Amino acid sequence: MPEVVTTTPGLYPLPDWAKDELSDLKGHQKADLIDGTEGEAVQDAYGRVRSEYVERQQDAGLDRIVEGQGRWDDMIAHPLAVADAVETRGIVRYYDNNNFYREPVVTDDLEATGDVAAELESAGEQVEEGLQAVLPGPYSLADLATDEHYGDDAEFLEAVADFLAAEIAEFPDVETLFLLEPSLVENAPDDGEDARASEAIDAVADAADAEVVAHTYWGALEEKVYAHLMDADVDAIGFDFVADHEANLYNISEYGTKSDVALGLVDGQNTRVEDPGTIAERIDWVDENTPGSDFETVYATINTETFYLPVNRFEEKLDALAAVTEEVIEA
Amino acid sequence: MSNNRDQFRPENHPHDHFLLTTVVGSYKKPKWLDRARELLEDEEASFDEEDWAEATDDAARLITEEHERSGLDAVVDGEMRRNEMVEYFAHLIEGYEFNGRVKVWGHNYFDKPSVVEEVEYDQEWLVDEFEFTDSVSSRPVKVPITGPYTLANWSFNEVYDDDEQLAYDLADLVNEEIERLVDAGAKYIQIDEPALATTPDDHAIVGACLDRIVDEIPDDVRVGLHVCYGDYSRIYPEMLDYPVDEYDLELCNGNYEQLDVFVEDEFTKDLALGVVDAHVAEVEPVEEIKENILKGFEVVPPERLTVSPDCGLKLLPREVAYGKMENMVQAAREVEAELDAGEIDVGLAAPTSD
Repeated sequence: MPEVVTTTPGLYPLPDWAKDELSDLKGHQKADLIDGTEGEAVQDAYGRVRSEYVERQQDAGLDRIVEGQGRWDDMIAHPLAVADAVETRGIVRYYDNNNFYREPVVTDDLEATGDVAAELESAGEQVEEGLQAVLPGPYSLADLATDEHYGDDAEFLEAVADFLAAEIAEFPDVETLFLLEPSLVENAPDDGEDARASEAIDAVADAADAEVVAHTYWGALEEKVYAHLMDADVDAIGFDFVADHEANLYNISEYGTKSDVALGLVDGQNTRVEDPGTIAERIDWVDENTPGSDFETVYATINTETFYLPVNRFEEKLDALAAVTEEVIEA
Repeated sequence: MSNNRDQFRPENHPHDHFLLTTVVGSYKKPKWLDRARELLEDEEASFDEEDWAEATDDAARLITEEHERSGLDAVVDGEMRRNEMVEYFAHLIEGYEFNGRVKVWGHNYFDKPSVVEEVEYDQEWLVDEFEFTDSVSSRPVKVPITGPYTLANWSFNEVYDDDEQLAYDLADLVNEEIERLVDAGAKYIQIDEPALATTPDDHAIVGACLDRIVDEIPDDVRVGLHVCYGDYSRIYPEMLDYPVDEYDLELCNGNYEQLDVFVEDEFTKDLALGVVDAHVAEVEPVEEIKENILKGFEVVPPERLTVSPDCGLKLLPREVAYGKMENMVQAAREVEAELDAGEIDVGLAAPTSD
């Protein structure tokens, strides 16, 4: 039986008190969103949010603790939204959801800001072990942005990967790093681009002194994209077993996977709450149906970011997920 | 092609050309109405449902008159009785429950409902709202109503096997409500389907929903479809097959970069073009709005162009929202005068000799 490590891919829903307080402090328009220069009152509110997130995960008993990305107004595009070489423009749809972010337009050489590192430092003050960083994967971040500087898709992707690697260089010690790569599913790379996407992930993973998980969601990767992703030197690939368990199982059976695996088993976009026994059964199901694999570690996780959920259901899902370790041990 | 547009032309319209001016629907609520809602939700306050009904009537009258004062040809009441476009309807439909607010963007949230039983029509949704607005307005009233695909897509579905079945059940409920609105005298219905832009693969489902919605609706009732914040190239030109008269689209926010999408294939329905940005808290000058209106003539001729903001104006300060409407109407009237004088080239949409 593999070791089961319970974790989440971050981007938590703001507590209701913070929704009210921050909406009063920041306003409701494009110009009011986070740009990295927020004042003391806003910083203080986000500090309290972060602290509450950490405590909530610890209370639930999760094995990996994220800072929660409550401050990421632009969802996974946030690291670019606060960068100097980026202008944020119109409100654009975030994948196929009823969510929006500001279009980040890169107009100059990208340089690290230390913004995400600072958030991790703050969270780390409350976390003795199991701190986990969350970043967009380079392919998804490039896909969500517009390039008006580098001028070439390949060059831009490489620049975004270098940018993320430079951000990671400023991180405090973290145990794991989740790189969120939904665009690999939602806007799959073409021939040639798929190999470059894998190389970019490789370059970012190289910069991290941590276990790196390239987490994909909203379906399964196309076969060729998956085969290329296997070339990246990451410790685990993440699969969305809520959205499409058959196709993900096929990829693992056909091409194998890393010795560790991340399984998105809890639905981050539906209020129906899974019980721990069901989540444990899903882990067993994957394990039994991948006889060619012998996982050392299974990261049991929520399939997507969780800001889609109301707070009560989000917390119930955290609790259910954290209780899985016990279920697996009992089984 | 629809010919139900002329009924909205004012009797004493000063120009030969007529650009129908309207708004998408939602509008900033007066601060006192927000306070009234807080009182309604406060169990210790003596403010009750009757007080709330009086407050929403007052607010609806106020905003309808504000729309009239700005000069709009077709007005709404700013959706004063509605808290949010999915939430409001879900409260009136059997089968939903609520768990708390979720993010849309920035600090804008809605109480996204969960479907926990099969949905059923329980009570009227908008007939009272329409009758009241119609009674206090001297202008034609447009009724925005959230479409079934969006109601399904932006809910948590805990019951149905898939969202398609949920959408069809909801479409039957929307059809029932629109029949009631038409019986009450409504002539301009706008189906809000922003979720359409997100899932192009579901294009046929949206079409099947719309077929159910307009079933038995008379031709003289103008039916519009509002879609915003998406990549229109993924749904155009297929969306032209839908049984609606007009498409209300958001293009100003993206600086009209998507206009080309609608030029490549002939736009065969009426176009309601977003000419002011609903997410910028400054009033665009009349000259700038006039330039935006002219972009519409690259897609349709003036007799098929409606002028509208990109989306609802509810997130803007009220004076800014009013300023946008006022300048938008003035810009439309100036463009009409210039069209009358033959000073404007209507571009690609100019009628051809054949």
